Amino acid sequence: MMNFKKMVLSLLAICITVTFISCGGNSNNNASENSSAGNKNEILGAGATFPYPFYSKVFDEYNKQKGIRVNYQSIGSGGGIKQLQNKTVDFGASDAPMSDEELSKSPAPIVHIPSCLGAVIITYNLPDNPSLKFTPEVLADIFLGKIKKWNDAKITAMNPGVKLPDLSISVVHRSDGSGTTYIFSDYLSKVNAQWNTKPGTGKSLDWPTGLGAKGNEGVSGLIKQTPGSIGYVELVYALQNKMPAAALQNKSGNFVEASLKSTSAAAAIDLPADMRVSLTNTAAPDGYPICSFTYLLVYKDQSYNNRTEASAKATMDLINYVIHEGQKYAEPLGYAPLPDAAVKKAEEILKSVTFNSKPLL
Amino acid sequence: MNEIAFQAKRINLKEKVFKKTLTLSAITVVVILLAIFFTLLINSMPSIKALGGKFFYDKTWDPVADEYGALPFLVGTLLTSFLALIISTPFSIAVAIFLGEYYKKGVVAEIFKNVIDLLAGIPSVIYGFWGLFVLVPIVQTIELKLNLPPYGVGIFTSSVILAIMILPFSVSLSRQVISMVPSHLKEAAYSLGATRFEVITKIIIPYTKSGLFAGLLLALGRALGETMAVTMLIGNTHQIPTGIFSPGNTMASVIANEFSEATGKIYTSALIEMGLFLFVVVTIINILGKQVIKRFTL
Repeated sequence: MMNFKKMVLSLLAICITVTFISCGGNSNNNASENSSAGNKNEILGAGATFPYPFYSKVFDEYNKQKGIRVNYQSIGSGGGIKQLQNKTVDFGASDAPMSDEELSKSPAPIVHIPSCLGAVIITYNLPDNPSLKFTPEVLADIFLGKIKKWNDAKITAMNPGVKLPDLSISVVHRSDGSGTTYIFSDYLSKVNAQWNTKPGTGKSLDWPTGLGAKGNEGVSGLIKQTPGSIGYVELVYALQNKMPAAALQNKSGNFVEASLKSTSAAAAIDLPADMRVSLTNTAAPDGYPICSFTYLLVYKDQSYNNRTEASAKATMDLINYVIHEGQKYAEPLGYAPLPDAAVKKAEEILKSVTFNSKPLL
Repeated sequence: MNEIAFQAKRINLKEKVFKKTLTLSAITVVVILLAIFFTLLINSMPSIKALGGKFFYDKTWDPVADEYGALPFLVGTLLTSFLALIISTPFSIAVAIFLGEYYKKGVVAEIFKNVIDLLAGIPSVIYGFWGLFVLVPIVQTIELKLNLPPYGVGIFTSSVILAIMILPFSVSLSRQVISMVPSHLKEAAYSLGATRFEVITKIIIPYTKSGLFAGLLLALGRALGETMAVTMLIGNTHQIPTGIFSPGNTMASVIANEFSEATGKIYTSALIEMGLFLFVVVTIINILGKQVIKRFTL
């Protein structure tokens, strides 16, 4: 009996210790196995799920051509940033540019290299699914729950010739934290003052109205089932599933349909040198207003954690491939390729990356 | 002589090793449970410190403004679970009486028992899909008739699915306690001229009361923690539900939805605190259930 008691006590002690260790250590749980520094034949990356199909195609082609394997884990933008900050990957990937706060928390300067563009479309379920047009104000009012019926004068006014039913509008949004919600809410915050104060911009919001569904497939599924519903999904997803998409009025006053072309066009603005820019509500006259770059992230100085120059060079070569030769794989997969001006800027950023203060490219 | 002593020693050793192995595996289970509890507790400390009691009564869940109140999800969880329990109770008791009293043995009984056990084995995502494609359109027509917005998803839809999902859990226990009612009690009642209906309502149900209650408690514990099917059918809104047809959210489904992309210390920690809370609630309900069963068997 004595023995048994001792055993229970010691096991309890072990259990508590294990808990503490696991809590203390979870910030760098991938560190030990995947130390990337030594192996120059494998490049390790982690981050955004949205560009994953594009990246896996490009990385696969790269492997065929150069014999260098890229191991990319699509764990979400937040995870990608965390892993890069913990220096457990060669590059991170994120849909939204890192905030100033996130950058200041990082151990060393990080640069953003755009890899392609994505867009968010507005889709709906109405009898016969007519093509609709929305102004930013009307769109914001619908998602704020201020416009409640499809035959509201504000909607019919900009859609002459379309017969809109006397049907309640059901808003459908993402229930899971998502970069898609981030881009969409970033756009609404820019065009609507009320939206900007509440609910604001984020990956998960306190939505004033509507139903939540998980993932692009959840949102589109719920929209297909609910007459009179409206929601937002990624352009890639809408193209694959041939969903109706509304034309939106951009900053220049033009109504623009969502397409790969109008998405690329959205980047035809004066881009800042560090490329950390929000493209939503773009000033480009034929640009679709709800677009965003998706980024690859690397440290500006690559000589950290005993990295060899060769592996730093291999990472730079890979990213250089993504922004040049890799771009041709974007369109067939439903991603908008970078316009030339953006490629030039990205190239300049890549050239600024150094190893022991000597440029790598 | 020596041979026998040696044999005895070997058997003794075998016995010891066997016993140690059993004890060890039993303790491992306890250790894992405690480890989960402590992990949740430690990781929710930042949120407990920052939010305090506000976490339980605040109505706003706004990750943008860093405000976390779990009240809408607590209400959603309790509402769906208890509604599911209310819907499933008549069915589960009826089925339990049917299988425990009328058809104890035989082919029919076996088929029914297996079908009910199968219900417990269906993955919850399948329930979710079935709900989305079959139940949602039905609820939509009901809502249109009642002049409500035709969401189809919401508290009611998820409760119906939950009611089906928890049925096997209460039935299996209730069936056992009903079949365990001593026959001399029933025979005594029959000899006094009681009808079968009277035997069931006056003898079996009062006698098995606590066992039936324990079965329902176990089912409730299961309903509280169900995630996938509910996430697909509840509508996922952060408001306190205003009626049984309005959309809502549960604690488990908020965690499932938001954890993977949660950034910020308090945000992550608040989600973990919700998990801790759910863990505690389900544990209490399970312990209560076990206590009631114990009293019944004594």
